[in-house]
Amino acid sequence: MAVELPIYLDNHATTPLDPRVLEAMLPYMTKVFGNASSRNHSFGWAAGEGVNAAREQVAKLIGASSKEIIWTSGATESNNLAIIGGARFNARKKGKHVITVLTEHKATLDSAHQLEKEGFEVTFLEVDDQGLVTPEQVAAAIREDTVLVSVMYANNEIGVIQPISEIGAVCREKGVIFHCDAVQATGKIPVNVADLNVDLLSISAHKMYGPKGIGALYVRRGRPRIRIEPLIFGGGHERGLRSGTLAVHQIVGFGKAAELAMDDLVSGEIERVRGMRDRMWTTLQENLDELYLNGSETNRLPNNLNVSFAYVEGEAMMMAIKDIAVSSGSACTSASLEPSYVLRALGVDVELAHTSIRFGLGRFTTDEEIDYAIAEVITAVNKLRDMSPLWEMVQDGIDIKSIQWEAH
Amino acid sequence: MAYSDKLVDHFENPRNMGALDKESDEVGTGLVGAPACGDVMKLQLKISDDGIIEDAKFKTFGCGSAIASSSLVTEMVKGKSVEFAENLENGAIAEELSLPPVKIHCSVLAEDAIKAALADYRRKQAAKNAPA
Repeated sequence: MAVELPIYLDNHATTPLDPRVLEAMLPYMTKVFGNASSRNHSFGWAAGEGVNAAREQVAKLIGASSKEIIWTSGATESNNLAIIGGARFNARKKGKHVITVLTEHKATLDSAHQLEKEGFEVTFLEVDDQGLVTPEQVAAAIREDTVLVSVMYANNEIGVIQPISEIGAVCREKGVIFHCDAVQATGKIPVNVADLNVDLLSISAHKMYGPKGIGALYVRRGRPRIRIEPLIFGGGHERGLRSGTLAVHQIVGFGKAAELAMDDLVSGEIERVRGMRDRMWTTLQENLDELYLNGSETNRLPNNLNVSFAYVEGEAMMMAIKDIAVSSGSACTSASLEPSYVLRALGVDVELAHTSIRFGLGRFTTDEEIDYAIAEVITAVNKLRDMSPLWEMVQDGIDIKSIQWEAH
Repeated sequence: MAYSDKLVDHFENPRNMGALDKESDEVGTGLVGAPACGDVMKLQLKISDDGIIEDAKFKTFGCGSAIASSSLVTEMVKGKSVEFAENLENGAIAEELSLPPVKIHCSVLAEDAIKAALADYRRKQAAKNAPA
């Protein structure tokens, strides 16, 4: 079968909308266009029914009750609402200390920085060279005045899976609110809020073949009650936690995406993706020297491969494999001119961070595409290493670290 | 980032990629940049007794703009005089490749590489001509 170019291997950034999701959404843009808050006519009722069904579908995916789902504009908003809203509400009675991890998504880190501006103290936990944080680290960091802990389930760059259930148990025992950003994990591995001991959990539709612009925050009910402050005010939608007219078609799409994601978890789809990812890694290693896997090999999402191709700069690599869409932790791909802060937190050398490439496989990735990508990557690495003065030095037996480089 | 056709061409079909004998008195080698910064350029110039750059070769670790800048600079100086190379400014490289603002430093690095290669050549010549 001929491979259609370009090939999309950047499924951590976003995923294509599943055609079945689109089909579910379409009637809600034209025919069923009502405002779900309109309680006095059939247009509103029909829209409301769509929203309710989707709430059930999304809740089911994470083992929650539909009453525990708050719609948001996406995971950035969910993280902001959970962390800022959770910390602000509970600061009054408990204190102003929050704990998170250095390798979190910017939506979490910047929410934490906002709290610092408001007088909170934030502890940013370090990770080990595998990218992992331990429940013991969390337990040791919790203080009398700690109001909230936020740890992501799976990392967006390296796919590393944190021990959420154990961290959640620590937080529950100490009576601290626990938020988890499960955006990358949901639909890839089982996510069950009860098993994970979480109080707040962020998810996003467009990372699981749903539409962009819609996310959800799970807010646990039951005792002790989890209280958070809203960040957006208005008509009192979503139990007053997130005002704004519900984006019914987006919500319906999210629901359908959640239903399909549940199928993936039991249909063998996850293993299919894991098989392709493993084959890619094995074949690359068989054909190329000096490859370094970034992050834990075992505690890792089945669709993630993050590799440093030593002596080959990441952006050049992406240009050389231009028919394959991937991401890089290289500085040259960021506005900041600093290489990935996630890789730096793992203790990855700056030199190697510049050479990292993230492959994100997905539901629509085929074996043929992986074969093509593997061949392209091998060709590109060989070509760019031939061109690399560093590779030449290494072949000549020169220790690159012994050279006095002038930073510029 | 969207790059100019010329830049992409230099990246995909680099001119004068390779190495010259770095032990030769006629060859000046410039090695600039740093792995930690994400770009390292090695530029070599083979210079005749009458000061003409007979050959130029490069090897670069860096982004597409860095590779294209070094490829272009070898093309620009080959067959030219040492004086010409000495007075080459990064602006000419940046303009030719339409480098975006965040990539201007790649052209600066190429200019530095030329200067470093010339300095190395002069050092070798001075050592050769020095009385034993």
